[in-house]
Amino acid sequence: MATINLKINNQAVTIDADPKMPLLWAIRDIVGLTGTKYGCGIAQCGACTVHLNGTPVRSCSLPVSTVANKEITTIEGISSDNSHPVQQAWIQEQVPQCGYCQSGQIMAATALLKKNSNPNDKDIDAAMQGHICRCGTYPRIRKAIKTASLIINQKASVK
Amino acid sequence: MTITSRISRRNFIRISGLSSVALTLGFYIPSKGKGVAVIKTAGDAAHQGIELNAWISVDKSGKVTIINHRSEMGQGSFQSVPQIIAEELEVDLNDVNIEFAQGSQTLYGSQITGGSSTIRGSYRRLLQLGATAREMLIEAAAKKWNVSKADCYAEKGQVIHKPSGKKYGYGDLVEEASKATPPTDVALKDSKHYKIIRKPMPRQDTPLKTNGVAVFGLDKRIPGMLYAVVERNPRFLGKVKSFDDTAAKAVPGVKHVIPVQMNVFSHKREGIAIVADNLWSAMQGRKALKVEWDDSGFEHHSTDQLYAKMREDVKTGTPLSFRTKGDASKVFNAAEQKVEAIYETPYESHSCMEPVNCIAHYHDNKCEIWGPIQGPDWVQADVAPMLGLKPEDVTVNMTFLGGGFGRKAFLDYPHEAAVISKAIKSPVQVVWTREDDMTQGPFRPGMVYQCKGSLTDNGSISSYETRMAGQNMDHQNRGADHGSYNSSTTEGFLETYLNSLPNYSFGDVPLESPIPVMWWRSVYSSTNAFAFESFIDELAVKAKKDPIDFRKQHIWDSRYHELINKLEIVSGWKNRKANEGYGVAITECFSTIVGEVVKVSKKADGKVKIDKVWAVMDCGWYVNPDIIRAQIEGSIVMALGAATIHETNFKDGKAVESNFNVYKMPRMTDTPEIEVHIMDNEEKAGGVGEPSLPPFAPALTNAIYDLTGRRIRKLPFLLETV
Repeated sequence: MATINLKINNQAVTIDADPKMPLLWAIRDIVGLTGTKYGCGIAQCGACTVHLNGTPVRSCSLPVSTVANKEITTIEGISSDNSHPVQQAWIQEQVPQCGYCQSGQIMAATALLKKNSNPNDKDIDAAMQGHICRCGTYPRIRKAIKTASLIINQKASVK
Repeated sequence: MTITSRISRRNFIRISGLSSVALTLGFYIPSKGKGVAVIKTAGDAAHQGIELNAWISVDKSGKVTIINHRSEMGQGSFQSVPQIIAEELEVDLNDVNIEFAQGSQTLYGSQITGGSSTIRGSYRRLLQLGATAREMLIEAAAKKWNVSKADCYAEKGQVIHKPSGKKYGYGDLVEEASKATPPTDVALKDSKHYKIIRKPMPRQDTPLKTNGVAVFGLDKRIPGMLYAVVERNPRFLGKVKSFDDTAAKAVPGVKHVIPVQMNVFSHKREGIAIVADNLWSAMQGRKALKVEWDDSGFEHHSTDQLYAKMREDVKTGTPLSFRTKGDASKVFNAAEQKVEAIYETPYESHSCMEPVNCIAHYHDNKCEIWGPIQGPDWVQADVAPMLGLKPEDVTVNMTFLGGGFGRKAFLDYPHEAAVISKAIKSPVQVVWTREDDMTQGPFRPGMVYQCKGSLTDNGSISSYETRMAGQNMDHQNRGADHGSYNSSTTEGFLETYLNSLPNYSFGDVPLESPIPVMWWRSVYSSTNAFAFESFIDELAVKAKKDPIDFRKQHIWDSRYHELINKLEIVSGWKNRKANEGYGVAITECFSTIVGEVVKVSKKADGKVKIDKVWAVMDCGWYVNPDIIRAQIEGSIVMALGAATIHETNFKDGKAVESNFNVYKMPRMTDTPEIEVHIMDNEEKAGGVGEPSLPPFAPALTNAIYDLTGRRIRKLPFLLETV
């Protein structure tokens, strides 16, 4: 066991955990944020995706000791009131069915749009290919990313 | 909330304990003659005493609460049930809250969320319920104003007196309305006047699923809860010989290591549960556990052996006859023009994104359960006797389900949670890892089909025979008659063909195997349709007819013709170009007809790619076209996976594929463009969540035949290798 200082969604949290425990379980079972999901445990499905210093990572395969003091963002940190353009687009395009994978999908999409606010289909493929949706919402995910891009660019032009 | 009142008249239940604060109406099945009854749908007394259902409550603030007895696993019942109620009740959809019911067959009748049955099984009663409540509120307002009811109408949660413009919010009327007797002659709206139904209203659960708020089973927490994982015998009938828990117990956080059994239909699956104060510790304890299994006394099947047996069975086995007309084999044997083919479909894992998991808290001779559960009433009925409890002492709570597809109607994981909680005297959440979920089953059964058909001189079908070999799900139950035919043998087949075919014969040869099998989205239709709709295509080719014309020729029902005509037009079937392959398939599943056309072409490297899929669904009366579109898109993607990407194999009595690195899934780039059309009519409502899955695979392989001349008769196949 070790004492580890985490920075999750701009809040400092100190936990006592096995240093080898994957970040996923620290977030869910110790910190208590359950929006980040377990899907496969081997970085194949993307359901556990969070941002580490702004980059999407698979929290199921990252020992918690390696992320101490780094900026971690979970779905709860994107916005709790669905005000983020990606969340708005997800609602507008009615993306989720069961919804279980959507936290990870949204984390991947927000990271993509932050880097590239006008992604083309190839960019979307590359960013989203690692994410499985068993309900098959892929056509709507693609559409929602384009909608989010419009919202972001409209906001930018107003400024 | 408790139900304390007897009914006021013959048709509605009112909840007297709430009558001063709310108007509550409901209906449910008679329970041992106690004060219960069901709504009498206009002109449809046949519904009396069967199934039943939700109830609604309007409180003093005008808020409407609906108790939904079915689960929400992505298919949209969370939205579509309130959407129906809100239409007739004349309330804003945002003022309707939906709550999940607890499991109770006594209160709700069947709660099993399967067979795409939620809407088709209850929409008429839901409409009637909303309309009745509305009329009672109007009557209450008329009474308070001392005016004629005919001068009042309801809109947006208010009753309005037309001549004066006076208004009452529903909340102000519930006390008065709750004293009234529910009318029995309420007229329902003509569908032309729907304001909410048939509109693509956004789902109320969407905002909960975009910010991490929705609580799935795995997210549920209760005070003092421990976490368990179970090391189960990887073979389907094996037992525990011995185990050494020394190292497991040494893992920090591990609290208990206990042997555990769970019911898998008529068998017991044995394993060792490791319980810890967090899930990660339990997983580490499991790694440290040493178990020796007893795998003697049963065959350790492999995929090759299973399929060799099924191939033999369709040729030489004596089929259990399901449906026959005339003498198909006599006509076939005498015919000059005939076709014979064998089709094979794989075992599949459901692989819901949320692996199965369940919380149980056994205490004081009661047990409370929370989980992603498709049949809470089944869980109650199954768990109670196992724990030596009465059903009413087992409370089953539904969470959101991270996918279901049939898997979460199975009772093994609630069973495990309940027995572990009882043994350790603590609330516990049992979590299956992805590997557990993918290798322990139940699976979609693998099937082999032999189809034989003959043609008359003018190219119409003179005989049609199908022999199906594979596991019969019903045979798994304790005491099942293994000599009984599979009543799903014609699932997926267009019922209308049975009118036009002069001779047919459908039968099955059941495969006996310890592999547990269970409904997998669209059940036997998901495999049957590949055989049926490929074979119709082969017959069309033999008859030298266009595949769509050939199907139409054998369909005598205009409803099917309308759908096919629509499909032909939207897909541009008649104008297809020489370098494009077009394939069609039309299936019927859970009272809904779906036609799909797939268009394929060759990439620059000569390999086949899917360009587009057109789907036309006729599900009769429907609620929300956007949910239907979503279900069709999703079903096609799921069907694409089972047709061209994944399969579960068995080796030495164990499932081989254990995670998404080997059981690969369709992803963003595998997904073709999908265009959806919905037929508008007033036919009885059919299912939505499943029926568009079956036609995809045969439409795709028929398209590949059209393009390349190569007939694919075994799934899955890699598009890369065509």
